[in-house]
Amino acid sequence: MTTITVATRPTEAPAGHRLRFMFADMITVTWRNLLALTRIPEALFFTTLQPIMFVLLFRYVFGGAIPIPGGIPYVDYMMPGIFVQAVMFGAVGTSVGLAEDLQKGLIERFRALPMARSAVLAGRTTADAVRNVFVVLIMTGVAFAVGFRINTTVVDYVLGAALLVAFAYSMSWGFAAIGLAAPNSETAQVMAFPILIPLTFASTAFVPIQALPGWLQVFARHQPVSVVINGARSLMVGGYYHSTSSLWYALLWIAALLIVLVPLGVWRYRKTS
Amino acid sequence: MGANSSIAVDAHDLVKVFPRGHVRALDGVSLEVEAGTILGLLGPNGAGKTTAVRILSTIIGPDSGHATILGHDVVKEADTVRRIIGLAGQNAAVDDYLTGRENIRMVGRLSHMSWKSVGARADELLETFGLTDAGNRVLKTYSGGMRRRLDLAAALVAQPPILFLDEPTTGLDPQSRQDLWRVIEGLVAEGTTVLLTTQYLEEADRLARDIVVIDHGRVIAQGTPAQLKADLGTSVVSVTLADAGTAQRAAVLLAPLSAQPPLVEGATVDLTVDDGPKVAVEVLRSLDSAALSLAGLALREPSLDDVFLTLTGHKAEVANDGGTPA
Repeated sequence: MTTITVATRPTEAPAGHRLRFMFADMITVTWRNLLALTRIPEALFFTTLQPIMFVLLFRYVFGGAIPIPGGIPYVDYMMPGIFVQAVMFGAVGTSVGLAEDLQKGLIERFRALPMARSAVLAGRTTADAVRNVFVVLIMTGVAFAVGFRINTTVVDYVLGAALLVAFAYSMSWGFAAIGLAAPNSETAQVMAFPILIPLTFASTAFVPIQALPGWLQVFARHQPVSVVINGARSLMVGGYYHSTSSLWYALLWIAALLIVLVPLGVWRYRKTS
Repeated sequence: MGANSSIAVDAHDLVKVFPRGHVRALDGVSLEVEAGTILGLLGPNGAGKTTAVRILSTIIGPDSGHATILGHDVVKEADTVRRIIGLAGQNAAVDDYLTGRENIRMVGRLSHMSWKSVGARADELLETFGLTDAGNRVLKTYSGGMRRRLDLAAALVAQPPILFLDEPTTGLDPQSRQDLWRVIEGLVAEGTTVLLTTQYLEEADRLARDIVVIDHGRVIAQGTPAQLKADLGTSVVSVTLADAGTAQRAAVLLAPLSAQPPLVEGATVDLTVDDGPKVAVEVLRSLDSAALSLAGLALREPSLDDVFLTLTGHKAEVANDGGTPA
């Protein structure tokens, strides 16, 4: 080993470049997280496998027993629900990933670097959103294989998918807070379930709202997952399910979640030591 | 900075209490590292070494006290401090899923170096640390020694003038430890200031110009290795007896010969004294008259081990995850 050249003078503080660095740091962290994802293809495989199993289950096992209004095949009805479930599982990945970084001491290293504080969370949530885009693409393939057909236009379908990814992105800031509070990555995953399960199942994902008991309808009608599914259905299924107001309602929910969950995640990150 | 301009790291009365478990991790630690030298922060597990490094590298804030790095306050000017320090942690905080080169690039980019300079610097560092061939492999395939070298390489990417090394060689085999020591010596020869924590007395003795010994969050001794040894006495008379029981009896018998209490370990009794040869003769005489048979007798310079043992009342602990001090 030879010696190393070392500057004895501190590097000049780059003043007035904060925003540019915030963005550059976020990109670097996103790049790192996506690279890591490609190194563990198992993770992507299994996050996709679970929704695929749900597709098959609801398409071929429960589907026949669930009557839905609007005169469309059940597979068309359930697909937006399956999508939202898949991207929600993806959002849980934010929690697991951050817990792991914390556990491994990587966040310690980040804290001693002159990088933007926000980049750790912004980079992680962005990478998970990119992953969710892939999940939606794969799921679309699966959907077509089991008989799903776009009843609106391709543009509407893509907008519907974008709505779902945006919703998952907003949720991942909340899961980020959970991941940073969890003692380890295994617990981080388990801690997400009490949020995930009621939201995805007490919703209009797999059954029409009329099929639920009255008291549950109130919750199921207005909770964010249902609202976003209704919005996505308006774009992806259309016809009987077309509803501009549910689209606006969905966007409102996403905005509200971002307003609450982004500061929550950032607050938790600052508090974590 | 004026008269203090040669002090690169300056910590005053640092206190840190962790509410969970009411641990007073640091209880008023002050230290100074002169520019271009290595300070060894020595102490057993849980002494507060890592807490001190985390405060100095801006990861956590102190509850009270203050510290500056090249004149910049670690709390008020944390961002400036982060630009002039490098940190290599005992947990080797590198990303398992990235390759060696990608890890270095990530740290370089997050230190706001350009893509171009980061690439060139990564090649240079990989070569310096003998990792050129492993540079494109993911870290999961690295050995412990390779991970440490990569961790250090990543810490050096932005050429920081101040380097914090938190137990850089804990758990490494003797050869990897020697390699890392040579790298650290090379850095200091080039002008880098290093604060190194270690549980290995030999490491502090070999590398550090000054040593601060901490235990239970307090500084219990400081000085050059030579001063610390000199404070203790000029030589050690080491007597080996037939068994541990005999050693205990011999210790009681020999205690009046030294100002320091005798240290018994197994069948060996160590006496730290000023006049070794003279005491050695008296030792022989006492043991003979008490009819205790002697298995061996040695006269040696005190080691930092002796200093540590005398100061803390216990031996320097060795991490569970690896080797003994080489």
